[in-house]
Amino acid sequence: MPARSEHSHLPNAAGVGYKPQHFQSIMENAGTVEWLEIHAENYMGDGGRPLAQLRHLSERFPISVHGVGLSIGGEGPLDPDHLARLKHLVDWLKPASFSEHLAWSTHDTHFYNDLLPLPYTDSTLTRVCDHINQVQDLLGRQMLLENPSSYLAFAESTWAEPAFLNEIAKRTGCGLLLDVNNVFVSATNLGYRPQEYIDAYPIDLVGEIHLGGHDEDEDDHGRPLLIDSHGAEVVDPVWSLLAYTLVRSGPKPTLVEWDTDVPDWPVLEAEAARAASALHAVKVAA
Amino acid sequence: MSREEQFTRAILDARLPVPEGLLDGVARPAGRRFSVYRNNVAVSLTEALHQGFPVIAKLLGQQNMDGLAAMYLRAHPPSSPLMMHYGAGFPEFLENLEQLSHLGYLGDVARLELALRCSYHAGDATPLDPARLSAMAPQDLMRCRLHFAPAMGLMRSDWPIFSIWRYNTEPNAPKPQAGAEDLLITRPDFDPIPQLLPKGSAVWIAALQAGETLGDATDAATNEFPDFDLSAPLALLIEGLALTDLSQ
Repeated sequence: MPARSEHSHLPNAAGVGYKPQHFQSIMENAGTVEWLEIHAENYMGDGGRPLAQLRHLSERFPISVHGVGLSIGGEGPLDPDHLARLKHLVDWLKPASFSEHLAWSTHDTHFYNDLLPLPYTDSTLTRVCDHINQVQDLLGRQMLLENPSSYLAFAESTWAEPAFLNEIAKRTGCGLLLDVNNVFVSATNLGYRPQEYIDAYPIDLVGEIHLGGHDEDEDDHGRPLLIDSHGAEVVDPVWSLLAYTLVRSGPKPTLVEWDTDVPDWPVLEAEAARAASALHAVKVAA
Repeated sequence: MSREEQFTRAILDARLPVPEGLLDGVARPAGRRFSVYRNNVAVSLTEALHQGFPVIAKLLGQQNMDGLAAMYLRAHPPSSPLMMHYGAGFPEFLENLEQLSHLGYLGDVARLELALRCSYHAGDATPLDPARLSAMAPQDLMRCRLHFAPAMGLMRSDWPIFSIWRYNTEPNAPKPQAGAEDLLITRPDFDPIPQLLPKGSAVWIAALQAGETLGDATDAATNEFPDFDLSAPLALLIEGLALTDLSQ
């Protein structure tokens, strides 16, 4: 039985974001991949291939359900229909983990299909905590909250992101999903060292780690503007940041996300293998 | 105006200025950093429309489809986080565009693509054992009603939509000829299959869907199409595993 994190029932091993085109490859030989993550919203249909594949996969692998549409950071109340769909999926699948984002995507009944940012203030803190309490009460389980990729800052913010996440976790009892690519992207875009973020981050609350690729652009002043695209290989500085994080957190369930320009299975599996060796290195050292 | 209100307005309308109080790391105005969100929303919704309506995209060409998607996503952002349902209003949107009025079939082709997507995600059902049909005397069978799988779909169009769809998805398919077409969608495995229906079959299936008996549905179809023969559509329904039950 592999060791598991306190804040998740996923194994402290490498996983990947599941893409339907990889179904056969994964069922035949998943290589170093020991668990899978799905986007909740893609499995909220009534039946057919998506749910049939998920049923097969869940018989072989621990599954993490990762929501992208709950709009936990939103100003308005959570959508009761969407909450009901989420509960239906989680009750049926009984996944090893459920996570969502510190972001919003729905406003005034419209869904924008992107993770949009919120200012970090006492009032947004209360609102996010209310939403997380509502989700955890409904699902009857702890959830993990993921840090966003930031492209800009809000003048009205009074909390630094790590402290904001820490306070949310303290008030709601949720765990955290630490996306180290998002940390790298935000740190580059907003001009601080990513290691500073990790040092300030409540590392003991991490139940899962994410890795992914990003694109490079420039802002109006010619400064680097990194964009979280999940469409490329993880870059070396992010692998280094993972190693820096794992030394502090110990081994954690670590996931590679690749959502656009999805490569053939061997390319994604090679990324997972690299995450697995980073986990192995920290297990050996411990 | 709330932050979300500012954001969503400026995301959907790139002519609007970037909202106040959005900054870079050294407190200068965020400027084009805000475009990341504009771009993410537009690109992801455009991509969803391309994926949901591949035949429409092929008929219009990439550039035209991108242009129409840009108009559609601003007028009709998704009303649910379930992107599998995005684009329900796209057929009507296409039909109401003056510049596309010479392509009258586009709306129904888009409806067919929506119906295929709907079938793909529809609930699973245990198919009816065909032996239950063959075991019945014809006069008893005519008093029965049929029940359909959620993945079954029926479409009637004034345009040759099945032929247009096939011409744009299958190599060596014949060129579409003018004329109305009815089609049946079944999902025997996991992939929805559209098939052309013989004349009268759509009237018959629609009557059965409305809960009429096989006898009444057959009378309705024969009234409109005297040559109607129920064996052809019944075989398509059985082979497509589109029937789930038989009741008196």
